[in-house]
Amino acid sequence: MKPCVGRIANAGRMAGSPVLKIMLLLLLSLSCFFNAHADAGAASDSDTVLPTDYPGLLAALPQADFSTRQQIVARLVELKPPHGRELLAAWLDNKLQSRQSDGKLFLVETQDDVLSLTDPLTLQAAGTGKSEDFEQVRNNNALRKTLKVAIAEYDLADPAPRVRIAAVKQMRRDLDEDTVAALRQHLIVEKDRGVQHQVEVALALGDLSDADAAKRLAAVKALEGETAPDVYNALLPLARDTSADPDTAVRTAALAAVQHIETWRGFYEALETLFFGLSLGSVLVLASIGLAITFGVMGVINMAHGELMMLGAYTAYVMQLLLPHNTGAAVLLAIPAAFAVSGLAGIAIERSVVRFLYGRPLETLLATFGVSLVLQQLVRSVFSPLNRSVASPSWMSGLWQINDLFSLTCNRVYILGFSLLVFALLRLVLNRTSLGLKVRAVAQNRGMAKAMGVRTERIDALTFGLGSGIAGVAGVALSQLTNVGPNLGQSYIIDTFMVVVFGGVGSLWGTLISGMGLGVVNKLLEPYAGAVMAKILVLLFLILFIQRKPRGLFPQKGRAAEGM
Amino acid sequence: MNLVQTRAAIPGRLLFGGDVGHRVFYGVLLALAVLVPLLNLAVPEGSALHLSTYTVTLMGKYLSYALLAIAVDLVWGYCGILSLGHTAFFALGGYAMGMYLMRQIGARGVYADPLLPDFMVFLNWKELPWYWHGFNHFALAMPLVVLAPGLLALVFGWFAFRSRVTGVYLSIITQALTYALLLAFFRNEMGFGGNNGLTDFKELLGFDLHHDATRVGLFLATVAALALGYAACRTITASRFGRVVLAIRDAESRTRFIGYRVESYKLWLFVFSAVLAGVAGALYVPQVGIINPSEFAPINSIEVVIWVAVGGRNTLYGAALGAVLVNFAKTWFTAAMPEVWLYALGLLFIVVTVFLPQGIVGFLRQRLGAAS
Repeated sequence: MKPCVGRIANAGRMAGSPVLKIMLLLLLSLSCFFNAHADAGAASDSDTVLPTDYPGLLAALPQADFSTRQQIVARLVELKPPHGRELLAAWLDNKLQSRQSDGKLFLVETQDDVLSLTDPLTLQAAGTGKSEDFEQVRNNNALRKTLKVAIAEYDLADPAPRVRIAAVKQMRRDLDEDTVAALRQHLIVEKDRGVQHQVEVALALGDLSDADAAKRLAAVKALEGETAPDVYNALLPLARDTSADPDTAVRTAALAAVQHIETWRGFYEALETLFFGLSLGSVLVLASIGLAITFGVMGVINMAHGELMMLGAYTAYVMQLLLPHNTGAAVLLAIPAAFAVSGLAGIAIERSVVRFLYGRPLETLLATFGVSLVLQQLVRSVFSPLNRSVASPSWMSGLWQINDLFSLTCNRVYILGFSLLVFALLRLVLNRTSLGLKVRAVAQNRGMAKAMGVRTERIDALTFGLGSGIAGVAGVALSQLTNVGPNLGQSYIIDTFMVVVFGGVGSLWGTLISGMGLGVVNKLLEPYAGAVMAKILVLLFLILFIQRKPRGLFPQKGRAAEGM
Repeated sequence: MNLVQTRAAIPGRLLFGGDVGHRVFYGVLLALAVLVPLLNLAVPEGSALHLSTYTVTLMGKYLSYALLAIAVDLVWGYCGILSLGHTAFFALGGYAMGMYLMRQIGARGVYADPLLPDFMVFLNWKELPWYWHGFNHFALAMPLVVLAPGLLALVFGWFAFRSRVTGVYLSIITQALTYALLLAFFRNEMGFGGNNGLTDFKELLGFDLHHDATRVGLFLATVAALALGYAACRTITASRFGRVVLAIRDAESRTRFIGYRVESYKLWLFVFSAVLAGVAGALYVPQVGIINPSEFAPINSIEVVIWVAVGGRNTLYGAALGAVLVNFAKTWFTAAMPEVWLYALGLLFIVVTVFLPQGIVGFLRQRLGAAS
């Protein structure tokens, strides 16, 4: 079976006319058919002659041993009967069963011991049956591999280029003469440039083991510029191991190609580290930006900030309990709800505790710490001390595959975008609304603002509520990354204060830049120092930095800057 | 003004007015030092007056907390430095003591290694790290109880005070310091037992730690340390040095302009306070029987600050009173109704800071002062 295929297929590729192509195809299948007989006889000691038609093959399948089943799959691929793909896919999924009474094959769906049957020839429903009357057509690892390739060969005829590319990539993983031949055939009829390219890569991969050194060299040249992992794995032995290929030119070319891939890999790894850093940074920014208001603008050391985030996260959890079947809507609705819940909690804290303590920042620290303990215990009493998980909507989960070497996790991309959005909105509120104007006025000169008719007490409450509400929104984002529990907020408290102080108390831009910067630095250090050491080093750096510049990166004037 | 208040005013003035408060403090310590050993060792176990060893140890723990609270009050109440990292010094002193106790276990550990503590055998370490050498000698280990926190405070304070980091910023970086140490001590590679810390201690200076008499001895040592530490703080605050420190608290810039080197005053006060905290940690560890990284947790430092605030800062004995009262309440609540404890502690924080800024001692002084 083996040697004839490549040759004839090559001839087929050279011959352009459709008529010739069909004739060659017929010739190909015939010659392979005879060879298949020889192979089957040699491999399995069974003298059964395989039928040549689809129904016949199906009838032979249940009794066949594994090596004969391999032959049957090969025949099916050559014949490509209608509905053959469904048969192969069902077989791969262990959903192909034979009736014990007459040995007839069915595609089955099992539900509570009852099988709903489908005729593989017509794909029509064929009634139901009991599971004990049927026997599964088993497969082994080798057969599963063959089945996957066979399904991929069917998929080559799919109208969608995406499916065809996936099929080519599937076939590429396990190239042999048959698949190479099938791919060469396919290249003739393929119109889509992207699919053509993938097929060419696959054929070049196949040519890497060709006996002709010139062909191998051409294949390596053709693969240059490709970055897919399987290409890399195929080229690596040629480049690194001098005994892998006798030809020096091939080895040199392979080395160049491998180095090219490695350069790109390094680049994308750096890009990935940057992304992880920005992702961590975006979480820090989200968590800190509310504190930049309460601490930065108002000068209140709000130790309950983490707990206000926790309230937001629990709001997301409750929203999901209310809308169990629509996680997407639950998450989106949780954002305004969390803003309201945490914002109102913040106003309550300001009115009942913080307003007695203005001008005594160290005492706001102690009192709000007390508030944080009460809130934690409250959540423990209401929701139990156990951690809860909030499901992510489907559009937030999964990978965003940008190319062979680079992919991003969707939820992190969303949260990065979300943090920037929250930042932009907050800037807009502070700089473009009447509330923002009053907030800034009170922060800069309370007495003067009061003289101008600003109701400073009201503004204090609203500012605190705004910062707290943003903490709640941050909590919704956190609920998409980690479990929601009573201690959720506590773990962020030191990080958030460090971000705000590093950025410069009272400066929103400072908070954004310091949050992102600290996230990136943390992730850059991690590969060298380990996660915990990286964190320790960042903390030490911050301690030293605050000694040098106690007012942070972007020092600002205001109530906070004067009071402390 | 009614009669009851007038009557109360006389012992009240004796207690809290003038110089009397600290005499009461010494008196209480002396009474404890006499009564506790007597009631534990001399009174038979069946008697109603018998004090269980568990209670003795618990009181010893409270008193080591009281020493820590005094250390915090010294810098916060007298100099306005709100350190949220004092448990770092406490824990470092504790670890120094813990390392000594660990080496005393010798071959009696689970793995019976004569040299290596159990956790090192478990981690498959082959030899003792260099910084563990010498800890088998009490005379070499004890200086480290003082030196480890003292040096950390010296280096940290030197940087912080020289660059004039004050107020909230100082509080936040002390918190970051203790958090960094918490993370560092969690690492197994540090060689301090990682997550589990140091435990399973057997004996101290040859005395069995599980023996009643040893427990009483530790209690007496704690009382003595508390008395000495308190006396030292009194001496410092009453001295010329102490008056400069008060001036720094009330008007830092003015004190500087008059010509005092503000940062050195702050630095030495801070270092002394850290040393006291280290000693408190070293007394705490053999009584509690374990030291692990959670002692570094920033929340613990904040809790110490609240003890001081509850008792009344700027009085020293008020800090000790607050430490004992809050911890007694904690022990009682966590046993009787654990779910209420955090509510109670949280409300205590709020009520004390909003309504009792001078703490219990300040409140009593005010009431009794008003009454007379």
